[in-house]
Amino acid sequence: MSESEHSPDAAVTLAPARAVPRIRAVPWFAVALALLALVLPFLEGVPLIGWLASPFQRIQLTYGLVFGIAALAFNLLLGYTGLLSFGHAVFFGSAAYATGLLVKYLHVSSMEGFLLAGCVSSLVLAAGFGAVCVRYTRIFFSILTLALSQVVWALALKFFWITNGTDGLRIPTPTLLLGLVGVPDDKVRFLSFTYYYYVLAVFFICMVALGMIAASPFGKALQAIRDNEIRAQFVGIEVWRYRWSAFVVSGAFTGVAGTLFAPLNGLTTPDILHWTFSGKIVFMTVLGGFKSFSGPILGGVAYNYLETYVIKTTEYWQMLLGIILVALVLVMPQGIIGALGWIIHRRSGRR
Amino acid sequence: MDIFLAQLLNALLYAAVLFLIAGGLSLIFGVMRIVNLAHGSLYALGAYVMAWGLGRLAGESGSEPVYLIALLPVAAVAVGATGAVVEPILLRPLYARAEEYQLLLTFGLLLILEDAMRYIWGPTPLTASPLWAAFGTLHLMGATYPRYNVVVILLGVLTAVLLWAFVFKTRFGVMLRATSQNRRMAAALGINVGGVYVQAFALGCLMAGLAGAVIVPIQGAVLGMGVDALVLAFVVVVIGGLGSLDGALVGALIVGVVRTVAIQYFPELELAVLYLIAAVVLITRPAGLLGRA
Repeated sequence: MSESEHSPDAAVTLAPARAVPRIRAVPWFAVALALLALVLPFLEGVPLIGWLASPFQRIQLTYGLVFGIAALAFNLLLGYTGLLSFGHAVFFGSAAYATGLLVKYLHVSSMEGFLLAGCVSSLVLAAGFGAVCVRYTRIFFSILTLALSQVVWALALKFFWITNGTDGLRIPTPTLLLGLVGVPDDKVRFLSFTYYYYVLAVFFICMVALGMIAASPFGKALQAIRDNEIRAQFVGIEVWRYRWSAFVVSGAFTGVAGTLFAPLNGLTTPDILHWTFSGKIVFMTVLGGFKSFSGPILGGVAYNYLETYVIKTTEYWQMLLGIILVALVLVMPQGIIGALGWIIHRRSGRR
Repeated sequence: MDIFLAQLLNALLYAAVLFLIAGGLSLIFGVMRIVNLAHGSLYALGAYVMAWGLGRLAGESGSEPVYLIALLPVAAVAVGATGAVVEPILLRPLYARAEEYQLLLTFGLLLILEDAMRYIWGPTPLTASPLWAAFGTLHLMGATYPRYNVVVILLGVLTAVLLWAFVFKTRFGVMLRATSQNRRMAAALGINVGGVYVQAFALGCLMAGLAGAVIVPIQGAVLGMGVDALVLAFVVVVIGGLGSLDGALVGALIVGVVRTVAIQYFPELELAVLYLIAAVVLITRPAGLLGRA
C-alpha cells in the first residue's frame, strides 16, 4: 500500500477541536416526532392518527426503530468513514444468534442478558473482522466484509445441531429490566406496549451515543479520513486505528439492533446473517440518505413499512425494492433526507 | 481408484462452470472496474432461458442432444444482450461517481432480476434431466461417468482457450487490454471506450449466461441459484485475482477441488472453508494469486 509511505514518523497528536462536542440544535420536527413516538400507544382513539397507534402499527414501528439503529450504526462506516460494508448482517445476525444460543443452552430470559451477550459477540466479531478488513478500502473492503460474513452464515447454516439450521432458533418473550417486568401473558400487548417503550428507550440511547460519537473529535477524524486519507495522515491521524475503531463501534451498535430484533421476531434464521440482508441494511441507509446523520433512521423505518406493505400487495416486493434502489442511485443519491431538504429549500426560495 | 477419478471429474466439472461465471465477472472488473453484484442473477437468467427453451422445443417426451447444442448459444446470447442493454442505460451514468454507487446499483439490479425470473417462470424449478440422461454414460478406467458432464468440462476448456485467443490474439483484445490499463490514454488514442465497455460487459454477461445454460441439464434452473453462485464466483476471483482471467481459471480449479474434497470429508465446513480461503488470500495477497496490484 503506497499510502502508508506518506505517514510521517513524528505523529502529531490530534488535539480535540473543542473540549465538549457541540451537538447542533435539534430541529423542531425531530422533537415533535420523538414526542409522538412517546405518546403513541395512548392515541389509539384519536381520529386522525389513531390508525398509527394500533398494536400492529406499533409493532411495525418497533421493527422500524430496530432497523433504524442498525442503519445508523452502519452509517458510521459508510457516511462518516467512507467504507461500504457488505457484511453488516453478520453483526446483526450474530447478536441475534447469541441471544438464541443463550436461551437454548443457558436458559437465560433476561433482555439485559441478551443485550450484553449480543453486544459482546458482535463486538468481538467486529474487532476480529475489522482488524482484517480495514486494511483495505473501497471495493476490496466491500468484498472482504462480504466473504467473512458469509463464513459465519455458512457455519450457522451447516452446524444445524447447534443452530437448528434453516429452522432457526426460537426466542421466547424475555423479562425486561433485570426481571422487574416479568414474562407477560399477552404477547401482542407486550410487544406493542412494553417492548415498544423498551426499544424506544434503547433506540434513543443509541441515537444520542452515535450522535455524540459522530460529532466528537473522533467523528471529525473519521470524516477527514473519508475525504482525504493522505491529508488525514499528514495531520497525524492514525488512519488504520480510526477505521478499526469505527468498524468496531459500528459493529457493536448493529449488534444491539440484532439483539432487539430477536425477541421481536421470535425467531433467528440464517437469513439475517446472509449477505443479502447486509444489502438490505445498505438499502435502508441509502434510502434515508447516508450523507446526513438522521437519514438512516428514516431509512430504517421507511424500509420496514415498504417491506410490510409491498409484501401485502405483491409477492414481487424484491423487484420493487430493486427498482427503488436503482432509482435512488441514479436520481436521488441523497435519499429521503436529501429530497426533503430539496423541497424545503425550494419552498423557502420561492417565498 | 474409480471413486477418485469420478471425484476428480466432478471437481473439474464444477471448476468449468465456475470459470465461466467468474471469468465473466473478472473480465468486467478488469476492463470497467465494476463489481457486478447482479452477475449471479445473469447466470440464473441463462439457466432459465435454456430450461424454458428446452421445454418448449422438446415438449414432454423428446429430448434430443441436438436441441442442447442449438439452444446453448441462444441462451448465452440472450443474456449477453441483456448486458448490452443494462450497461448504457444503468451503469454509464455512474462512471464519474464513487465506486460504491455501482455496487448499490448492481445490488438493485440483482433484486429486480431475481423477482423478474420468479415472475416469468414461477417459483417451481425447471428441469431438463431427461436430456442429461439422453447423453448416456461413459466408461473410463473402470469408472462410470455421465457423458454430459464430460461435455461441460470440455466446453469449459474450449471457452477458456477461445477467450484467451480473443483477448490476446485479436484486435479487439488489444483494445480491451488498452482500455483496461488506461482508459483515458486509450480514449486519447482513438479507441471508442464506450463501445469497448458495452462489448466487454456483454461478453462477461454472455459467459455467465453460457454457464447457466450448460448447468441446466445437470441441476435445472432454481430460484436463488444466482445469489449462491455469485458468492462462489467472488471466492474464485478473490483467490485468483480480481480482473485476471488466468486467475479466474486457477481460482475455479482451486475452488472446484477444495469443494469436492470438503464435501467428501467434512460436509459441514464445505462453504465455510471456501470463504476462509478467500479471506486468507485477501489478507496475505490482496491482489489475489495471479492479480496485478
